[in-house]
Amino acid sequence: MQLKEIRIAGFGGQGVILSAIVLGKAASIYQGAYATMTQNFGPEARGGACSAQLVVSGSPVLYPYVTKPDIMVVMSQEAFVRFAPELKDGGILIVEQDLVRVSDLKKEVQVYSVPATRIAEELGKRMVLNSVMVGFFTAVTKLLNADAVRKAVADSVPANFSELNLKAFEKGFEYGTAALTAPANRADAELQLQYSPE
Amino acid sequence: MKTGLQKADPRGVLTGVHFMDGDHACCEGALAAGSRFAAGYPITPSTEVVERFASRVPTVGGTFIQMEDELAASITLQGAVWGGAKAFTVTSGPGFSLMMEHIGYAAMTETPCVFVDVQRGGPSTGLPTLPAQADMMQAKWGSHGDYEIIALCPNSPQECFDLTIKAFNLAEEFRVPVMFMMDECVGHMSEKVVIPPADQIEVVPRRHTHKSIEDYLPYGANGDQVPEMAHAGEGYNFHVTGLTHDERGYPNMTLPVQDKLVRRLQSKIRDAADRIAMFEEEQLDGADVIVVSYGITSRVAQRAIEAARERGLRVGKLRLITAWPFPDKKIRELAAKTKAFVVPELNLGQMVGEVERAAAGQAKTFAVSHAGGGVHNPEDILKVIVEAAR
Repeated sequence: MQLKEIRIAGFGGQGVILSAIVLGKAASIYQGAYATMTQNFGPEARGGACSAQLVVSGSPVLYPYVTKPDIMVVMSQEAFVRFAPELKDGGILIVEQDLVRVSDLKKEVQVYSVPATRIAEELGKRMVLNSVMVGFFTAVTKLLNADAVRKAVADSVPANFSELNLKAFEKGFEYGTAALTAPANRADAELQLQYSPE
Repeated sequence: MKTGLQKADPRGVLTGVHFMDGDHACCEGALAAGSRFAAGYPITPSTEVVERFASRVPTVGGTFIQMEDELAASITLQGAVWGGAKAFTVTSGPGFSLMMEHIGYAAMTETPCVFVDVQRGGPSTGLPTLPAQADMMQAKWGSHGDYEIIALCPNSPQECFDLTIKAFNLAEEFRVPVMFMMDECVGHMSEKVVIPPADQIEVVPRRHTHKSIEDYLPYGANGDQVPEMAHAGEGYNFHVTGLTHDERGYPNMTLPVQDKLVRRLQSKIRDAADRIAMFEEEQLDGADVIVVSYGITSRVAQRAIEAARERGLRVGKLRLITAWPFPDKKIRELAAKTKAFVVPELNLGQMVGEVERAAAGQAKTFAVSHAGGGVHNPEDILKVIVEAAR
């Protein structure tokens, strides 16, 4: 596995940090690779912006921070505005469809969007939106082995929520698989065309 | 005489493969090492260590006390040690400053214990949530008088686990306070941490006396400069004081007693420096430049080292796992064979002075300073390596 820098950002309560932990665990424990996760701490962390940095690689990760992310997951408009400019040219941008409007992105990136919160609410618990997002991430980036991520999801949530989170993962994964094959199905589809080279 | 090793108590060992941060790993290391007492005054970025300890230790029969301040924390843990526990406290720069008085007390009374300092930017309250390595000299010289301590520098969550056990073991072996010098980056970074089964973890037990109550002398010589301990409530007579004391532990402020005591406090560590020293070495033979680093900076420097090698430079790496006692002998030997040392650290020049002193003019020394609040840009280290190689 080549070194990939990932940033996941949103606001407190969306499971931003847990998403990064799940993906880090999948890479380093269930897939035999290496992962280093750091989270941004600061006075703004509570109630406002929340962000995690994850570096995954086939060899030990030396530099612990993300400098130019290859993949970015944003779950709030504030996070989009703050972090999207640092995304690598040709990188992947994953957004929470109902919470982020992609605009003014002055570079070639692939944009994938998913209504993760809505899907989670349909499953009966808004809290599992991060597992939906992790499933979607797994499908569209193809960075990690899906079974490794499933194990990491099951391993990272309370036992009585394991089944629901795995279901959320599958919903997100299916949505992601469909997004890879079907044309963009969203209100601002023209943005998808504008920013995606596909 | 080396204290006999024991296996870890399985109750405290969370055997398995985990994805956890350095602070949590440090806590698990303390539990695995047999620590059943901590006193602390939580402070960012070290809070997670005691937060976890406070929830974990009651399940294995131990105690955590949140104290009113760092002075209280750093002396309470010493009471626990004299009561028979393995104990530690956890802090960051501002709290570390307040603990200095009692670090000197632990050194003087030869109380085996561990002080964890998760370093953040300073001086004063500085940068609570951001890394630095600017307490390195304070760890060695922060309390008054002549004394020696041991200091270890982990560079990953795995090492936060492994070396915390080592820190407790060294504390027991030498009856000395051990400084565990983490930094915010290592403390808050999550990585895979493998915790082995308890029977694969070796712990050093207390040097408890084998003598009878009548024959026991609390600070009596027993051949290897480290006296044996007795615990409160066992019937042994002992006296613990920060005043200069004789073999019975009673104050005796005469010149011969002061000379003998303070020299022993120093030599029990210095004479064992080679045995205590731990390094990670890479391509030191034939190196024109050797990068000396520790903690998180060693990982950032590795990028610069690899980039320099790609340019055809012969660059070696010496990572200090033990910062104190400083490995004079190792640096002296390397200085005779290399052109220059490059020392990146998250401070404006602390351990670089030690490298320069030990090199004694045989090789040049270059600092790559950083005021803290982040880690180096590897490019900045690379530039100095290139300059040093000329």
